[in-house]
Amino acid sequence: MSADCGGPTSRRGFREPLPHERTRQTICHDDAVDLVETLLPGVGIRYELTTRAGLLLGIVVQRAGAVQVVVYDQHDPDRARGVFHLEPEEAEAVAEILGAPRLTQRFADLSREVPGLRSARIALRAGSPFDGRPLGETRARTLTGCSIVAVVRDADIITSPEPPEVLHAGDVLVAIGSQQGLEQLDTLLSGPS
Amino acid sequence: MFLVELGLLFLGLSLLGLLSRRLGLSPIPFILVAALALGEGGAVPLSTAAPFVESAAEIGVVLLLLTLGLEFSATELFASLRRHGPSGLVDLALNAPPGFIAGLIIGLPWPGAMALAGITWISSSGIVARLLSDLGRLANRETPAVLSVLVLEDIAMALFLPLLVVALAGGGPAQAVTGVALALGAVLLVLVSAHRHGHRLGRLLAHPDDEQVLLRLFGLTLLVAGLAQAVGASAAVGAFLVGIAVPASLADRARAILGPLRDLFAATFFVSFGLATDPSAVLPVLPVVLVLALVTTVTKIGTGWFAARRDGVATPGRLRAGTALVARGEFSIIIAGLAVAAGLGEVGPVATGYVLVLAVVGPVLARFVEPISSRLLAPRTRASPTPRSVC
Repeated sequence: MSADCGGPTSRRGFREPLPHERTRQTICHDDAVDLVETLLPGVGIRYELTTRAGLLLGIVVQRAGAVQVVVYDQHDPDRARGVFHLEPEEAEAVAEILGAPRLTQRFADLSREVPGLRSARIALRAGSPFDGRPLGETRARTLTGCSIVAVVRDADIITSPEPPEVLHAGDVLVAIGSQQGLEQLDTLLSGPS
Repeated sequence: MFLVELGLLFLGLSLLGLLSRRLGLSPIPFILVAALALGEGGAVPLSTAAPFVESAAEIGVVLLLLTLGLEFSATELFASLRRHGPSGLVDLALNAPPGFIAGLIIGLPWPGAMALAGITWISSSGIVARLLSDLGRLANRETPAVLSVLVLEDIAMALFLPLLVVALAGGGPAQAVTGVALALGAVLLVLVSAHRHGHRLGRLLAHPDDEQVLLRLFGLTLLVAGLAQAVGASAAVGAFLVGIAVPASLADRARAILGPLRDLFAATFFVSFGLATDPSAVLPVLPVVLVLALVTTVTKIGTGWFAARRDGVATPGRLRAGTALVARGEFSIIIAGLAVAAGLGEVGPVATGYVLVLAVVGPVLARFVEPISSRLLAPRTRASPTPRSVC
């Protein structure tokens, strides 16, 4: 990248992701939305998204759960303008309005598109051997071929949970896989009876 | 009298905190000025509370570094290193030499000059992070670059502090190399094992009861810090490593639990540093301090400019990144504290003056560069947002 041109941000209202940024495609019905994800060390994660109307939206999710929603300055696209600050509880309320019903909807769509692919919500019961253990220890993918794509904990939804994510009784695991695999997963999670 | 003095001290700190927030500044320079007035040769010397303040200060450093370690995950450290490694080197190359040269000019022995190099090198994570949040800049495009530079400085501190401790103790190059190799090994070991086995430590420390988490984590940290000190490394580095090793799942909670304790002891640490500094010694070094502050303000702006440019940020953003990094604070004082404890009392007044200037100038500069740069440098024409078809 030639640095003196002011970078890809200076001329247009939106920009292409830089090499260090992860682009994530979120599949929602028939359209793909590009989310650019940038790590903010010590703070959280910033997501950027250009809406179809051409508006560049930035969302900073701080680690403690507070959220800032911003739009960028037209003169200086590097600068956030019009910052909405949401406290963790407020962000949760907004997320509930926007997110929760869609998550299951999205997987329902996904399983319709791929024949043989099923999704299931499996609750981690009290007394499961994995209560208090990290997700990785279930070895779910190795043993059953299923992917755990989200963990629903009270009002929180942890999407794409990482192996160190510690599971607790009462968590609902959203998994996709074959019908047989999902049944195996259910047995695996409830443990040797 | 002990309790009365201590009570008045903390009430005074509370007022200073209010004042500094009202002015939009860090409380550190205010605490330093107040402590100068309370110390030897000051207006109202503190007497009975002084021994407590001294031992509490030691805990303050440990807690500052522990919470610093808790701030960053191994993933973030490696990502910053990959993306902004060169920015970190530029930061070192631009900001440490002015301190070193100034140290030699004012006649400090080379370990003292090295301490001064560290003092001018490391920005204040605390002040900068607060500033970015207060000014609503967390979503700005230059912010990842600024935060990466801070992360790299913090990890560099973990290597610099042991080196400095060896140098201050009068060790030769061989000992210095051993010290740094040990520190580097320990940091890497902790980072890698935190990455792989962090949840085990998490399980050891986790407990539904906040009190248990506090006691376990605090106890473990003091133990590791003390052991690190006993083997000739720095207690601060031990505490930092414990902070890094705590897995992200527990780190947020640990930060919330330790926060008030950290604030209390860290404030005491700044008081203790100010107490040990003779106010009449600050005045003669003021010219050196001002020149050093000016030079290292420019070099820090250069650092931020470089880092933001790597991320493809335009000129106003580069200036914002540069000025945001100018503030020096807690780390400069920690480094100076090590030098003073090793018998280099001359470092104290220079560091005090330097931090007093830059902890105030940094945030002020960061605030005022915004309207100026956007007026001078923004393109006149409006960029029309192009609708993009997504699919």
